[in-house]
Amino acid sequence: MRVSFTVNGRRQEADDVWEGESLLYVLRERLGLPGSKNACEQGECGSCTVRLDGVPVCSCLVAAGQVEGREVVTVEGLADFARRRAEHSGCTTGTCDSGDGEGISLDEAQLGVPPGEAWGRAAKGQDSQTGEGVELSPVQQAFIDAGAVQCGFCTPGLLIAADEMLERTPNPTDADIREALSGNLCRCTGYEKIMDAVRLAAARQSEAV
Amino acid sequence: MGTTGTPTNITQGSGTRGGIGESTLRPDGTLKVTGEFAYSSDMWHEDMLWGQILRSTVAHAEIVSIDTAEALATPGVYAVMTYDDLPTDVRHYGLEIQDTPVLAHGKVRHHGEPVAIVAADHPETARRAAAKIKVEYRELPVITDEASATAPGAVLVHEGRTDHHVGHVPHPNILHRQPIVRGDAGAAARRADFVVRGEYTFGMQDQAFLGPESGLAVPAEDGGVELYIATQWLHSDLRQIAPVLGLPENKVRMTLSGVGGAFGGREDLSMQIHACLLALRTGKPVKIVYNRFESFFGHVHRHPAKLTYEHGATKDGKLTHVKARIVLDGGAYASASPAVVGNASSLGVGPYVVDDVDIEALALYTNNPPCGAMRGFGAVQACFAYEAQMDRLADEVGMDRVEFRRLNAMEQGSLLPTGQRVDSPAPVAELLRRVKAMPLPPERQWLSAGEEADVRQLPGGLSNTTHGEGVVRGIGYAVGIKNVGFSEGFDDYSTARVRMEVVGGVPVATVHTAMAEVGQGGVTVHAQIARTELGVAQVTIQPADTRVGSAGSTSASRQTYVTGGAVKNSCELVREKVLEIGRRKFGAYHPAWATAELLLEGGKVVTDGGEVLADLTDVLEDEAVEVEAEWRHRPTEPFDLRTGQGNGHVQYSFAAHRAVVEVDTELGLVKVVELACAQDVGKALNPLSVVGQIQGGTTQGLGVAVMEEIIVDPRTAKVRNPSFTDYLIPTILDTPTIPVDVLELADDHAPYGLRGVGEAPTLSSTPAVLAAIRNATGLELTRTPVRPEHLTGTA
Repeated sequence: MRVSFTVNGRRQEADDVWEGESLLYVLRERLGLPGSKNACEQGECGSCTVRLDGVPVCSCLVAAGQVEGREVVTVEGLADFARRRAEHSGCTTGTCDSGDGEGISLDEAQLGVPPGEAWGRAAKGQDSQTGEGVELSPVQQAFIDAGAVQCGFCTPGLLIAADEMLERTPNPTDADIREALSGNLCRCTGYEKIMDAVRLAAARQSEAV
Repeated sequence: MGTTGTPTNITQGSGTRGGIGESTLRPDGTLKVTGEFAYSSDMWHEDMLWGQILRSTVAHAEIVSIDTAEALATPGVYAVMTYDDLPTDVRHYGLEIQDTPVLAHGKVRHHGEPVAIVAADHPETARRAAAKIKVEYRELPVITDEASATAPGAVLVHEGRTDHHVGHVPHPNILHRQPIVRGDAGAAARRADFVVRGEYTFGMQDQAFLGPESGLAVPAEDGGVELYIATQWLHSDLRQIAPVLGLPENKVRMTLSGVGGAFGGREDLSMQIHACLLALRTGKPVKIVYNRFESFFGHVHRHPAKLTYEHGATKDGKLTHVKARIVLDGGAYASASPAVVGNASSLGVGPYVVDDVDIEALALYTNNPPCGAMRGFGAVQACFAYEAQMDRLADEVGMDRVEFRRLNAMEQGSLLPTGQRVDSPAPVAELLRRVKAMPLPPERQWLSAGEEADVRQLPGGLSNTTHGEGVVRGIGYAVGIKNVGFSEGFDDYSTARVRMEVVGGVPVATVHTAMAEVGQGGVTVHAQIARTELGVAQVTIQPADTRVGSAGSTSASRQTYVTGGAVKNSCELVREKVLEIGRRKFGAYHPAWATAELLLEGGKVVTDGGEVLADLTDVLEDEAVEVEAEWRHRPTEPFDLRTGQGNGHVQYSFAAHRAVVEVDTELGLVKVVELACAQDVGKALNPLSVVGQIQGGTTQGLGVAVMEEIIVDPRTAKVRNPSFTDYLIPTILDTPTIPVDVLELADDHAPYGLRGVGEAPTLSSTPAVLAAIRNATGLELTRTPVRPEHLTGTA
């Protein structure tokens, strides 16, 4: 069958799709978008999380045919999605709905480590793979800065989930963050740096308002 | 002993920004957050086929027949291969012992063993074709534990063994046995005022890395094959793959693709040979990607273990002796079991001073799933048992549990039960002191947000099973010792190629190693080392492949030490050559070229007094300096097969944990509230990554304390829970805050004084959580993981 839908703002068509194929398979193997990950393919790990008409879903559990005519955002389109959302709402950082500026301070988000030291942004150097100049969403940048990326296989799903949570809840408590990300397994980090990253993204967002 | 936090053996000014000791950011970070980073399962090639493996549905059986006709006739199928189709006489592989068939031959020895492989133009076509292969089995009795393995007339898992362990084991179903005997434990036991004996059980843990086993094999025009693969050690794979394919090693060209975690589970081969076989057979690129179900059968697990311990102490709290017997279930194939036995036995008393020791560790051959490397590697199981014993013995003596440990803690200069002297800092007592001194989380922390209980912070969470009633807090401590690097005489070297040249008007260093970056951040550290040693800002890290010499395994907490050491060493050699060029060109113009200690800093040659002699761009001009060199740490030696004596280990790593748990005693639900860790890392080359390693390792230890276990049916030896629905790993809700206190006492034998970091936190985390649950409930709890039924008495 043929499936037509919008991915990251662009109209896409996939031909010869077998009826049993998942959205995840179509994204990864037919549309050249392997950013959404295939860690369990049974809806338990969240590594394939995408937005489907705005709602975070496990793309491994969505049959390809179900997305006909609908809108999908994947990690590949997250930076652009956050930028357009920010432009739309007239702020520069992505999710500025509340605008009250309260919540976690940058210092708190950094858990007492002096800025610029632990995250070494000034001392980052210029390794060939750092990809400077690439536009990132606030939550993507925070994951890098906070050390929330190790093997990185859970990262795309976590970014989609965390970005969506910050859109709904700009000033989350720790318990809010844990609840929102409880469907995303990570095996490397012990989640502490992921907590740091989401707190940091929220704090930067508040500061920028 | 080095000063805290000061790196030793710095041969170079550490003034270059982004060098060692700074928390520089991952060079692959941007690619990983944008979805651009290419993992092994993301590989794609025009015209590629999909490979599928047919696995045995029974654990132990003779194969009566295999009929592939219907599978081969399926439209879209390009090849079906069984044992009979293998191209050479080399049809087995293995890390140490080549006992694992590429495809089953006449017999299967465990549930999920590969029997046949299929290549087709769609993964579903390949799956359906594999399901059409008819295999007739004649089932054999299953060997599942020590009793069935050594019973009179027991079926042998491997007939006619010829490996180098068979001569010293008491039974052919015992793969390897290592005693550690020092002093006279029997005589010492008579001096003991208190003796505790215990039997402990450790469940089978899975590495559960998120990136499934996968890769792409592309046939090459010269008859060879290119393999893009996720592994922990490219050259070890290569050594096992090439002979099976009948190719010289230079025709099997391997490139590391993105690795989605490893934790020991990628030391053994998985789909590497199968993909290459299908690619060479069909002449087309072949991709294989396991799904999670298959992944549970596709790699070895952590050995489940039965441990029997006897500890004695005098009434003033000094350990008199330890007797122990550790039985590890190695499953159907050898994998890394012999080395796991070496660790479990040699580290079997933990980080304590005991003069009289009698330990025996062994690994069984059974029909259970094969077990091998997982983070902590034999030291984990022992730590769970000896730390439970230490708590019980402290109680008998009437001492505080932490003070009892501190009184018996080893220190620099202590002897291990192997007779090896610990010749670098061993701050065991200090780590315990530090972890105990950390502030405790507030009582009734679920009320921290206000009057109402936040059920998310209680055992049972959003299931809303309690608002605090029936919830009891417990606190537990544990400490452990892990060896760093490959032990027992292994030639544990690494290789680094470093190049320095001027590109676009700036000096650039290029580092090329075969080190498997599996998420740990080795690539970050290599760039830092190059900056520190060569004084350049810009470092390029080449992809890991087999065009450069072996880096050894990303295992045993060894890569920063060994490949980091190799990068440092090659940088030093490059620096010497650069300075030679400088002396040749400019030596006549300034006497300091001949007299002063020269450094490379900020892209310049400077004297140790800081005077600039030349820009690197002027020194190098069009010249490139390149060095590829191997580097080795101090040699080790094998353990004596009767006494276990010998300088078997390179370095040790120590961590201590304090666990705070809250238990709903009525429902048997556990909430780990906090898991604090103190660890000595020698020197933190990248503090952010070091803390990340400690927190990640701690969480894997938490997992096997309260939830993670592969359940194998003892009647059939079949795996009952091969999915993330039934095999649970900690979520962000199960994982508490993990405050980390990093101690940096330099090991003068190691590059920069560093100490391998990755594994030690996985050891003490589990017994600390168990101790806390015992403390809360008063239950004995001699097995891990603890499940609700163990806490409610309904097991």
